[in-house]
Amino acid sequence: MNTKQSIVAPQRAANTEGNYYNVKSERSNPGMNDRIQRLRQLSVETEPSLSIERALIETEFYKENYGKYSIPVLRALNYLEICKKKTIYLGEGELIVGERGPKPKAVPTFPELTCHSVEDLHVLNTRELQRYTISQEDIDTYEREVIPYWEGRTQRERIFNHVPEEWKAAYEAGLFTEFMEQRAPGHTTLDGKIYKMGLNDFKARIAEEIDRLDFMNDVEATDKLEQLKAMDISCDATILFAQRYAEMAEKLAQKESNEKRKAELLKIAEVCRWVPANAPRTFWEAIQMYWFVHLGTVTELNGWDAMNPGHFDQHLAPFYEKELADETLSREEAKELLSCFWIKVNNHPAPPKVGITARESGTYNDFTNINIGGVRANGLDGVNEVSYIMLEIIEDLHILQPGSSIHISSKTPDRFLKEGCKVIRQGHGYPSVFNPDIYIQELLRQGKSLKDAREGGCSGCIEVGAFGKEAYLLTGYLNVPKILEVTLNNGIDPVTGKKAGIASGDPRDFKSYEELYEAFVRQLNFVVDQKVRVSNYIDQMFAKYAPAPFLSVVIDDCISKGKDYYNGGPRYNTNYIQCTGLGTVTDSLSVLKHHVFEKKTFSMEKILDAVSKDFNGEEILRQTIINNTPFFGNDDPYADNIALGVYADLLKAIDGKPNTKGEQFYLNMLSTTCHVYFGKVMGATPNGRLAGKSISDGTSPSHGADTHGPSAVVKSLTKLDHTMSGGTLLNLRFLPSLLKRDQDIAKLSQLIRSYFALGGHHVQFNIVDTATLYAAQQNPEDYKDLLVRMAGYSDYFNDMNADLQQEVIDRTENESF
Amino acid sequence: MSNSLIFDIKRYAINDGPGIRLTIFFKGCPLNCKWCHNPESISPQTQKMYAKQKCIGAQACIDVCPENALSLTPDSIITDWNLCTVCGKCAEACPTKAIEMSGQQMDIDQLIKTIESESLFFDQSGGGVTFSGGEPLMHYKTLLQLLDECGKRHIHRVVDTSLFSRSEIVKQVAEKTELFLVDLKHMNDEKHKKYTGVSNQLILENIRLLSDINSDFWIRIPLIDGVNADEENIKKSAEFLSKLNWQSKLVNLLPYHDIGRNKHLKLGSSYNGDGMKEPAQQIIERSIRIFSDFGIQAIVGG
Repeated sequence: MNTKQSIVAPQRAANTEGNYYNVKSERSNPGMNDRIQRLRQLSVETEPSLSIERALIETEFYKENYGKYSIPVLRALNYLEICKKKTIYLGEGELIVGERGPKPKAVPTFPELTCHSVEDLHVLNTRELQRYTISQEDIDTYEREVIPYWEGRTQRERIFNHVPEEWKAAYEAGLFTEFMEQRAPGHTTLDGKIYKMGLNDFKARIAEEIDRLDFMNDVEATDKLEQLKAMDISCDATILFAQRYAEMAEKLAQKESNEKRKAELLKIAEVCRWVPANAPRTFWEAIQMYWFVHLGTVTELNGWDAMNPGHFDQHLAPFYEKELADETLSREEAKELLSCFWIKVNNHPAPPKVGITARESGTYNDFTNINIGGVRANGLDGVNEVSYIMLEIIEDLHILQPGSSIHISSKTPDRFLKEGCKVIRQGHGYPSVFNPDIYIQELLRQGKSLKDAREGGCSGCIEVGAFGKEAYLLTGYLNVPKILEVTLNNGIDPVTGKKAGIASGDPRDFKSYEELYEAFVRQLNFVVDQKVRVSNYIDQMFAKYAPAPFLSVVIDDCISKGKDYYNGGPRYNTNYIQCTGLGTVTDSLSVLKHHVFEKKTFSMEKILDAVSKDFNGEEILRQTIINNTPFFGNDDPYADNIALGVYADLLKAIDGKPNTKGEQFYLNMLSTTCHVYFGKVMGATPNGRLAGKSISDGTSPSHGADTHGPSAVVKSLTKLDHTMSGGTLLNLRFLPSLLKRDQDIAKLSQLIRSYFALGGHHVQFNIVDTATLYAAQQNPEDYKDLLVRMAGYSDYFNDMNADLQQEVIDRTENESF
Repeated sequence: MSNSLIFDIKRYAINDGPGIRLTIFFKGCPLNCKWCHNPESISPQTQKMYAKQKCIGAQACIDVCPENALSLTPDSIITDWNLCTVCGKCAEACPTKAIEMSGQQMDIDQLIKTIESESLFFDQSGGGVTFSGGEPLMHYKTLLQLLDECGKRHIHRVVDTSLFSRSEIVKQVAEKTELFLVDLKHMNDEKHKKYTGVSNQLILENIRLLSDINSDFWIRIPLIDGVNADEENIKKSAEFLSKLNWQSKLVNLLPYHDIGRNKHLKLGSSYNGDGMKEPAQQIIERSIRIFSDFGIQAIVGG
């Protein structure tokens, strides 16, 4: 088949974002009532835009107040100022209210962290994919009011002024990325406390802690006082924000002629007067409570992964069950309210990066991930009726955000797994599937208590954390195949010709595979040390200059410690390094071991020469490699043992490195879309992969390397001890035609059960066929609803760049299905 | 320890019996069905297969051939079958696996090891091993040993067969088999001979035998418009089956398609699909209805 693709015609992003009303009407959503249809339509058809309002309020505030207050109090007052002054929006027909920007899909900027240049804004406004519109007038205002003040004062500049040359060289070579240079550290998920306590209750606790401060004996007491004051102010700010909504709803109600809507508006006002100040009393209030807290944390700062409600079905179940019994709420009403919430999340695209190349990661997805099912804190099964309602909503709404995942423990009923598989079959790319039996062990290994581990789960893509009690910061991706590339070039990056690592010896002189591997491990340790050193430095920068007092209110034990979320306040403080490309590096090492050192099919000189020429004129050699080498993902001990070795050495290099909070670094095996970027900064690799092509994602096998079906992939992957990681990632693709019947669904669920019984952490499925994908490239407008899941997130096929599209197509098809 | 010629082992097989299975394909079949999707399964000898589209003209095969049986044309590599001894050296040398040998001698230890590696999937899904082919009963000595070994390991055993075999063999195999998948290709003996090369009498007799000894089976019918999908044949099939003492009462209808064509090309053999058509949806539905009228559940797919 011809794999060449035509150039995808420029798409206005919002047009490509899931407006499937005309395209596949037969699939349209029996569960959506008129209100939800309208709200959904508005959400998917509104084009993402940039709002400069937050930046203007903040710049004005900083000009006036910087230096007058302690940093935490300054940050809290800045947040208060935004809550006071920002434009608020209450849309027609809405039940759950609140937007971060002045209107749906309007994304604020965060110049205190990183300030967009005029050129950035122009690029964002005009690029083909992931476009954010902004008017020339706003760009001019930004240039005049915002940019001059922040020049030299942003967090990003502070960071880059202080990093060592070795780090810069490795970073620029693409050996790793740095998460925290663009956004605040995040990956934060809440537990159940906000459904039992209102912000007034939190304020009372803050006051108690202030009373308890011991200024005579605790040298940090004054710092703690400032932090606690800041937390208190941030509670007031959030309550104020909700009150403004209550007032707005009341005003709208006065003008409203439709009696039904008038009653709804008055109800909204009542809800917003009660939460977040007080603990929610009803299902409606519980959802609105979470949403105000969510908005507060993403307005105060722009942490990665926005914010997550965690086990939302479990948190909502008591409200749902009580009101259903009291007959104050019907199942349909509950579903409508939850659908409104779902759409609210979709109204919040990710804040765009600066210095945009659109290469590293391009998506509107801000990675809110709803955990459905799983286990409860007491160890019992967590599935309830709200879990099933959520599955229905995912299938009905079919929108980009929020992401969703089903959590399948050995106690989870088959009914729930099968209902989940039926949603997977729709090919929306979600839900992904997680294994609590394993991730609870992962959390226990990291020292969490059993209860905290059970209340934990997965946020963002696949990373685990103790919900509501942990700061688990992803610090950046590690390009493991690139480390081998640099090793094979004695410390030089062959793409740029610059030094990127250490001199580890000319591989032509290596007498054995062990010698080569030892050089690789030395290089690996050098790169990881650079990464850790700078990550720790950046951590301190955030603790000093960009604390997050409101986030600290809702994460245990920031209040009782009197410390910020970024300063060791949480009960657990973890740093992750995400390792990418296990398949590519394993297969490359396998080629060198098998062909160069053992079979002597060809020499080191020969393969290095072929790789340096991108296999030009060496197709026979390349084919020999591809077809005659043991590769990872086939249940072949030869390749799998190499993968085990690499995994062990990654653990040795990363696991246990101290962070700034007296705790430590862990690894996880996540790539999101970074394996595409990493592939672009690399030449060809010994496994026959050509220059610029993406490397393997997560713990998945290299594309096309797994030729023995999904059970062999599963066997290979579960030779790795997933409990030593903070998450692994497996992508499997299935053809839709093979999931038609109930028994097909049963077998998919049995495959999942098998993987999990063997110790797998996560699996996700792309249910698409290649012909569809090629057709989608040719006629993108006919396939607007084609949502694919890639490496931990879902995106619309048409929203993906050509590389990502090709990547989806290249994945191994499981033909037996 | 006896060896058998195996042409494929499929992991995560989900269409060859209950649950997730591992299917072992024996090479060699006494039938020669015109529509055969796996033509390499028919010959009991190792065969050479050549996929032209994979060939990059590396010519390593020509260099290693001890008989000088291969030559390069502008279009592809050509084999002189008068010279070729099917030694397999060309396949070993081929960098793209455009040339592959179909049929590999495997002993029972190797096969049991492979089967056992999937046992967790069997446990989780109520699956097991399926012996298919070709015709596994042609390899009954090995098959009986394999069935014994699997039985010792509590692995669920399925035998996928045409039942064109001596009745004593069927009986012996049935003692060690939980479920048979039995092909029923045509009720009319003349047509059966025409399309498969053999009479259906032995086959029908052996189906009755399974019924008599209470050995469970599913019937599989390759549903081919123009061959056996007509109302009369389906009715006769249903009538025949309805009279049996039969636990599952399940028929798998396998609608015909011509993906076998590509494999015929690779073998260098010809494929004549004349008069064979994919059954239309109403034919499939009619067939399901007919079986249902006779108290038998028919489903599409295995």
